Amino acid sequence: MTSPLDLAGRVVELVRQVAGPGAEAEVGTEYAELALTRFANSFIHQNIAEAATTVRLRLHLDGRTATGSSTVVSGEGVRDLVERTVAAVRHCPPDPGWPGLTAPTTIDGSGNWDEATAAAGPEQRAERVREFVETAGGLEAAGYCRTGQRAGAFANTAGHSVTGRSTEAAMDGIARCGGADGMARLGSFRLADLAGGILGARAAVKARAGVAPVELPPGRYEVVLEPTAVADLLQNLSTHGFNGKAYNEQRSFAVPGTEQFDRSVTLVDDALAGPALPFDAEGTGRAPVALVEHGITRTVAHDRRTAAEAGTTSTGHAVPGGAVTGAVPLHLGLAPAGSPNGVTRPGEVSGPVVDADSAALVAQVRRGLLVTDLWYTRVLDPRSLVVTGLTRNGVWLIEDGEVAAAVQNFRFTQSYPQALAPGAVLGIGRHPVLQSQTFSSAWWSALPLRLASWNFTGGASG
Amino acid sequence: MAEFDVATAAVQAALDAGARYADARVMHRRYESMSARNGEIESLIQDESAGIGVRALVGSGWGFYAVPDLSESAARAAGERAARIAAASGRVAGPGSSLLPVPASTGSWSSPCAVDPLSVPLSEKGDLLARATGTSREHGADQAEGLYQIWDTRKWFVSSEGHRIDQHIRESGAGISATVIGDGETQRRSYPSCRGQYGSQGWELVDSLDLTAHAARIAEEARELVTAPLCPAGETTLILGSEQMALQIHESVGHAIELDRILGWEAAFAGTSWLDLDQLGALRYGSELMNVTIDPTIPGALGSFGFDDEGTPAAKRDAVREGRWVGTLAGRDSAAIAGLDYAGSVRSDGWARLPMVRMTNVGLEPGPHTLDEIIAATDDGVLMDLNRSWSIDDKRLNFQFGCEIGWEVKNGRRGRMLRNPTYTGIGPQFWRSMDMLSSETVAWGTPNCGKGQPGQIGHTGHPAAPARFTNVRVGVRG
Repeated sequence: MTSPLDLAGRVVELVRQVAGPGAEAEVGTEYAELALTRFANSFIHQNIAEAATTVRLRLHLDGRTATGSSTVVSGEGVRDLVERTVAAVRHCPPDPGWPGLTAPTTIDGSGNWDEATAAAGPEQRAERVREFVETAGGLEAAGYCRTGQRAGAFANTAGHSVTGRSTEAAMDGIARCGGADGMARLGSFRLADLAGGILGARAAVKARAGVAPVELPPGRYEVVLEPTAVADLLQNLSTHGFNGKAYNEQRSFAVPGTEQFDRSVTLVDDALAGPALPFDAEGTGRAPVALVEHGITRTVAHDRRTAAEAGTTSTGHAVPGGAVTGAVPLHLGLAPAGSPNGVTRPGEVSGPVVDADSAALVAQVRRGLLVTDLWYTRVLDPRSLVVTGLTRNGVWLIEDGEVAAAVQNFRFTQSYPQALAPGAVLGIGRHPVLQSQTFSSAWWSALPLRLASWNFTGGASG
Repeated sequence: MAEFDVATAAVQAALDAGARYADARVMHRRYESMSARNGEIESLIQDESAGIGVRALVGSGWGFYAVPDLSESAARAAGERAARIAAASGRVAGPGSSLLPVPASTGSWSSPCAVDPLSVPLSEKGDLLARATGTSREHGADQAEGLYQIWDTRKWFVSSEGHRIDQHIRESGAGISATVIGDGETQRRSYPSCRGQYGSQGWELVDSLDLTAHAARIAEEARELVTAPLCPAGETTLILGSEQMALQIHESVGHAIELDRILGWEAAFAGTSWLDLDQLGALRYGSELMNVTIDPTIPGALGSFGFDDEGTPAAKRDAVREGRWVGTLAGRDSAAIAGLDYAGSVRSDGWARLPMVRMTNVGLEPGPHTLDEIIAATDDGVLMDLNRSWSIDDKRLNFQFGCEIGWEVKNGRRGRMLRNPTYTGIGPQFWRSMDMLSSETVAWGTPNCGKGQPGQIGHTGHPAAPARFTNVRVGVRG
């Protein structure tokens, strides 16, 4: 099999042949093997795998730009891609915002890789599912276990080329008890980090603690958001707030240099810490980028185009299709409060609070709500980042530092930046939990958060 | 090697490896999209994808494997791999899987297409978007955006039961939007809908939209919205335009009647449904004005096809009749478990994805009124249209939707414009309150329906008309 780097080089050479020496081209190639074993009603009901190589070509010729991609990587298929893109670019209007190509540079690292994860088959995933189902203790269980490997390369006509590879694994499941769902979710670049038995037990204990929920009136409540819920905050802040294109178009709340968040909030995008290739779609090397430091917004994520528009440099956040979607920090993490005490995993506790990190925050609450997960969140207005959504997989009333009762799900309508505004963050956990989106290149490093106020605008009855 | 032969080789390999059923789809797709902003082309994307996906049933376990290689050897390897994965599923096995018995279909089908969308010159397409967004910009939009998308998909399906089907589906659509940056918020107006209008048609659909003719209006309305009064908060009579009705149908009916959700197969992610199969045929879903059909045979609608991705021929079916829930969106495996005698709603978004229960065209049959009659019959209420945000719970009950624009309705007349209109409710309560329904139906196309793990993007259609609902909570905000 042709290596991704050889394939990228072959496409660059073809571009030179077809479009001439004046063409500027960047080529990204990726070979990915992705597999996912889904279970529901406590058995495996969907079990899939795929292996594919994808070539992406962005071509700038005579002041015009066009993009194409293909999974047909035979000699004929690649030539067709190049010829099609060259033909297309001649019909495009001038592109005065073309930012030029990434100059030849070296990059840090080659990606996080684990041989055992790369070699994992359906049997290994099924074994973790079996453990999850067994430790759910007879409760109905549903979820997935997935593994994947990517080998990618980038080359451009400026002579820049980079390569890297990474593995990934994730498990996400629920246990169901009397109408209540409890969940557990974890990601890593190593399958060995995922213990189906521990996750199944966590989901089960939360489900059992969620039965017979009471309905509370909507309103503003102090909350402890578990890492699974906090991941949703990170995702929406990333997509709509720290997106360089949204910022340039004044659709983002972000104002660099301004104290927009509580002083305890530091947000760092760090692709190198998780399962990701060490370069972006423009071949720019990835490195940790502090978007917020101690409450002060420092920057937003940029690719070469948005950076040029903003008068700055790329932060290594180009994504395929970025001309439309913008530059997005897809590996955003909330920095822990203090050092993590040398402990890599919070200790297990019993009841609905399944980790010591969250338990410490719950203990500080006089009256509030413990929220496990947020669901179907949608932005009402991107500039204020007011989001509506629902709680899911467990809500509990906290009274005097103790979980007092299970609560029915709420609808909320809340500005995310306001929820994290100066003075609004009352506590942050110490042990980041890595979480993924299915088959997506986005990973969030989340911690539990104690927030002064969350605006619940509807209950189970409407 | 011909596509049918490739698929046949994969199916035979899966059977040889122990499968008791197997099917394979060879798919080839070309995708083209262009976006423009403020009178300039922003992006042109042309993608090509081709491959084979093989589904195998070993014992009671399913397996699926996909590769982009259409050689005979790769197809045979994919079939064997699908069977190996299916065997591994047996390690955490459930009750025996079976498939609803159906005749093995053979045939060909093509969607209607008067103007091949990929043959229209890029310069012509670009001029259209540039002209429309330029006009919006000139009339006050801070950000004027336009987008068209084209999918040209050919697929060849073979099963171990004797299915042998090929289809050619061409889909096109486009839309424009105008955004005005206000003080701390943005306002947006779109045409013809928030995502554009899409159908299983050629470029003639885009031509019919006449984007440029609406470009100035949406910009002016977006600017007017910035200073318009907020939608009042409270309970009132709500009139929805047909575009927002399409989304209401999609989210609170279409997903709720998906049989895989009802059976719990999506419990951990997309969610379940508030519907219980024991209530099928008896449950009152909405008012007697509510007649919802599942109809993949509508010519040119986005959810139309000749056969679904299990080879079941397209057929029209009732989902809700005179307010009573009577039908589901089903596949052969889910139907067999549920004891239903129909399938036909299984699709995948590409060769690399497992076919799953998806909406086709799920729409509301026309009512007896017109929008003007509905407004004239309303003393006090709010009219809203064009979706801006959507959120619904995992049982498809508790929803909150935001629209781009609202208007006061007072004493039978449409009054002043309202900004940030939102409404919320519980599905069956809401549908039971529908007391007027227009006959002015549009088959809206939704090209971005997400479902499944790994995620799949479905193309669905939703015939919808303006309707009126009583005692609805509006004006929810953060």
